[in-house]
Amino acid sequence: MKKVLALVLAMTMLVGLAACGGSGSSQPVEPAKKEHGNEIVVGIPQDLGDSLDPYQMSSAGTREILTNVFEGLYKPNSDGDYVPAIASSCEISEDGLTYTFHLNEGVTFHNGKTLTNADLEYSFAKCAETTLDSSLPKFFANADITVNGKGQVIVQLKEAMSDIFAYISLIYIIPADYADQLTAPIGTGPYKFVSRSVQENVILEKFEEYYGEKAKIDKITCKVFEDGTALVTALNAGAIDFATHLSLDQVAGVGSDYQVIEGTTNVVQALYINNAAKPFDDIRVRQALCYAVNVDDVLQLVANGHGTKLGTSIYPSFKKYFDSSLVGYYKYDVEKAKSLLAEAGYPNGFDMTITVPSVYPIHVNTALVIAEQLKAAGINAQVQEVEWNTWLTDVYSNRDFETTVSGFDASTLTANALLERWTSGHKKNMINFANSEYDEYMTKANSTTDEAERTKLFIAASRVLTENAANVYIQDAAEFTVMNGLLDGYQSYPLYRINFASLYYTDL
Amino acid sequence: MKYFLKKLITLIVTLIIISFLAFCAFQLIGDPIASMLGTNATPEAVAELKESLGFNRPILVRYFEWLTNFVKGDFGTSYSYNLPVFGMVMPKLGVTVFLTIIAFLLTVVVSIPLGALAARKENGIFDRLILIIDQVVMAIPPFFIGILLTCIFGVALRLFTPGLFVSFKENPSGFIGYMIFPAISIAIPRIAMTVKMFRSSIISQMQKDYIRTAYARGANSKRALKEHAIKNAIIPVISFLAVSLSEMLASCIVIEQIFSVPGIGRLLVSSIGTRDFTVVLAIVMILASWVVIVNFIADIIYQVIDPRIRFN
Repeated sequence: MKKVLALVLAMTMLVGLAACGGSGSSQPVEPAKKEHGNEIVVGIPQDLGDSLDPYQMSSAGTREILTNVFEGLYKPNSDGDYVPAIASSCEISEDGLTYTFHLNEGVTFHNGKTLTNADLEYSFAKCAETTLDSSLPKFFANADITVNGKGQVIVQLKEAMSDIFAYISLIYIIPADYADQLTAPIGTGPYKFVSRSVQENVILEKFEEYYGEKAKIDKITCKVFEDGTALVTALNAGAIDFATHLSLDQVAGVGSDYQVIEGTTNVVQALYINNAAKPFDDIRVRQALCYAVNVDDVLQLVANGHGTKLGTSIYPSFKKYFDSSLVGYYKYDVEKAKSLLAEAGYPNGFDMTITVPSVYPIHVNTALVIAEQLKAAGINAQVQEVEWNTWLTDVYSNRDFETTVSGFDASTLTANALLERWTSGHKKNMINFANSEYDEYMTKANSTTDEAERTKLFIAASRVLTENAANVYIQDAAEFTVMNGLLDGYQSYPLYRINFASLYYTDL
Repeated sequence: MKYFLKKLITLIVTLIIISFLAFCAFQLIGDPIASMLGTNATPEAVAELKESLGFNRPILVRYFEWLTNFVKGDFGTSYSYNLPVFGMVMPKLGVTVFLTIIAFLLTVVVSIPLGALAARKENGIFDRLILIIDQVVMAIPPFFIGILLTCIFGVALRLFTPGLFVSFKENPSGFIGYMIFPAISIAIPRIAMTVKMFRSSIISQMQKDYIRTAYARGANSKRALKEHAIKNAIIPVISFLAVSLSEMLASCIVIEQIFSVPGIGRLLVSSIGTRDFTVVLAIVMILASWVVIVNFIADIIYQVIDPRIRFN
C-alpha cells in the first residue's frame, strides 16, 4: 500500500514539476494537426549518411529520396517498367545494338542552366569513372556512348544487353564541372535540394522550371528518426505527414486521421545457406531444412500473417519473372526432413548457427522461429546476433558463416538484379552457389534479345535455385506506408523509390 | 597559484591519455570501410579505399597527426558524410550544452529551496513527503521519465509535439518550449539526489556547536539556518552539483534519442554504428574535456568558498 501511495505521489510531483517548467517557457510548440500549408514532413529511418553525390550514394534509403532530385535519360515507373525522363523517346536498331535517345526540349538544371551536350558527356564520363554501383562497370565496358549535334545520345553496344534501360536510369545527368554535388546536389528532377542538417533533416523544394509534369507539393522536409520508437511517437502525435517502410507494430497505434497502405518490402528474405560449408554442401541437408521450416507459421508469428511467401530469389512485384508454382515447392514435412537427414548421414541431426544482423528485428525474429522449428527435425540451431558491420564483413564479404537470415533487394527492375549474384564465382555470391545449369540459363538469358525468350530463361534459372534448395526461401515481408488522411496520389514502386511529385493534398 | 598550475597540468595529461586510449580502442574495433561500401564491397574496392584513407600507415604516426590537427581545431573529415567534423559537431554540441544547462539550472533552482525547507522542519509532514518522493524518483532512470513526459505532455495533452524538434534559428521560443521537457527528464533524478543531500547536510550542521552558540545569542531557528548553517552545508552540495553537471551531459545522450533532439548524443550513437571514428573521437574528446574541465572549475570554486582547503 505504501509503495502504491509513493508511486502516486511521485507521479503527482512529476506532473507538478513539469507544469512549472512548461509555464516558465514562452509558448509551447503547437501540435501538428492544424492548418497545413502545401508542404509535408516525411519521417525517414536513417540520415542520408552515405553521400549526396548521385554516383557515390550507396544506400537504398538515400536513393529513394534523391531520385526526386536526380534523373537519368529514362526512369523506372510504379508498374515496374522504364519510361522516358530526360529523353523523350528511344529508337532501337534491328540488331539490338544501337540505341538512339531523343532528348526533351528545355531541360534545365536546378541552378537555372540549360542542359547542354557538354553536361551529358560529362555525366556519362563522371559516372563511369566514379560510380559505386557494382553493375554499371559492366555496362560501360560494353557500351560506347556519344552525343551528337542534334541533341541525341547514341549508345552503341558491343554485345546485346537485355537490361540497358535499367543501366541508363542509373546514370543521373548532372551539370558539367559542378564541384559541390557532395554538399549541395544539383540535378534535373521535379524537386530541388535546399538544405540538409546532419542527423536532423533534408529539405527539398518544388522545382518550378521542371520540363515534365510539375510536382504539386511545394516543400518536402525529410526528418531523420533513427530511433523507431521516436518515429512512432511522432506519428501518434501527428508530427509527420508521410512515412514508409513501417512494420505492423509501428502502424498499430496511428490515429484515424492517417491512412495506412499495406505493401511489400521488395526484399527476398530467406534463410541463406552457405552451400560450400559442411554439412550444407549436401543437397539433401538443404532440402531437409526446406521441409523442416513451416513458412506459414513464420509469417504468423513474425507479422501476424502479413507478408508474401516466396519460393525462389524473385519477389512478386516482378510480375513477369515471378513463378508462383515455386511457392510451396517444399511442403512442411518433418518426417521427410528427418529421412533426408538420415540419408545424408545425420540420423540424429546436427548443430548449426544462424547469424543474423541485429539491426533488423524482422530477420532476428524469423531466425528465432526457424531455430525453434528445426528442433522438431533434430537440428539444433543457435541464433547469433551480430552488428551490421560485422555481418557485412564476416558473412557477406568473407562468407564465413553457416546460415543467415537476411534479405536482398533489387537496385534495378531487372531479373538480373536478383539472380545474377548466384552465378558461379560471382563476387557477390555470398552463399557459394555453384550450378552449371543455372549459369547456362543466365548466360543465355543475358545474350538473347527476344524479350519472351529471355523471361522464360530467367524463370527457368529461378526454378534451379528452388530445386537445388539453394536457400530456404521465406517471404517478401509486408510493410506499411502511413500518410496524412488528406494526401493522395501515392504510388508504390517495386524498388526503393518514393515519388514525391505525385503526392497532393485533396483539400487544396 | 601553485595549486592552480598543478590542477591544470593534471587536466592536460588526463586529456592526452584519454585521447590516446580512445584512438587505439577504435583502431582495434575495425574500420569504417565495410559500412562505407555496404554490399558493394569487393576486395579490390576495400584495398583501394584503405589506401586512400591512409589506414595502412602505423598507428602512432596517425595518432600524432590526428592530435596535432585536433589541437589546431581541425577535427578531420567524417568518413560517411564526407563533411568536416568540426562543422558537423559544433551545432549539435550547442544543442546538447543548452539542454544540459537548462537541466542544471532546473536542478539548482528547485532542489536548494526544497532541501532547505525539508531540513527546517525535520520529520515534519513536508519533510516526510519529500523523503518518500525523493526515494521513488531517484530510482526512476531519466529515460523512463522521458517516456512518461512524452506520453503525458506530448501525446495526451499536446503541450509539445514529440519528434517535431524546432531549431533555435527557426523559432527560438519553440526551441525552448521543446527543450524544457527533455531537460526536466534529466533534472528530476538529480533534483531528488541534491535535495536529499542538502537536507542531511543542513541537519548535520544544525547539530554543531556554532549553531548552539547562535541560538544562545538569541537567533531563532530560521536565522540560525539562513545565516549560519546554509553557508557550511552548501559546500559538499557544490561539489556534488559539479559532478552532476558533468554527468548530465552523458544523460543527454540517452534523452536525445527519446525526444529526437539532434544533439551530439544522436550523432555519437549513429557514428559508432557506421564506424565513423573521426566523428566518434571528436565527440569522445569533447565529452572527456567537459568532465575534466567542469571538475577543474569545481575544484577552484571549492577552494575559493572553503578556505580550509587552501591551508591544507
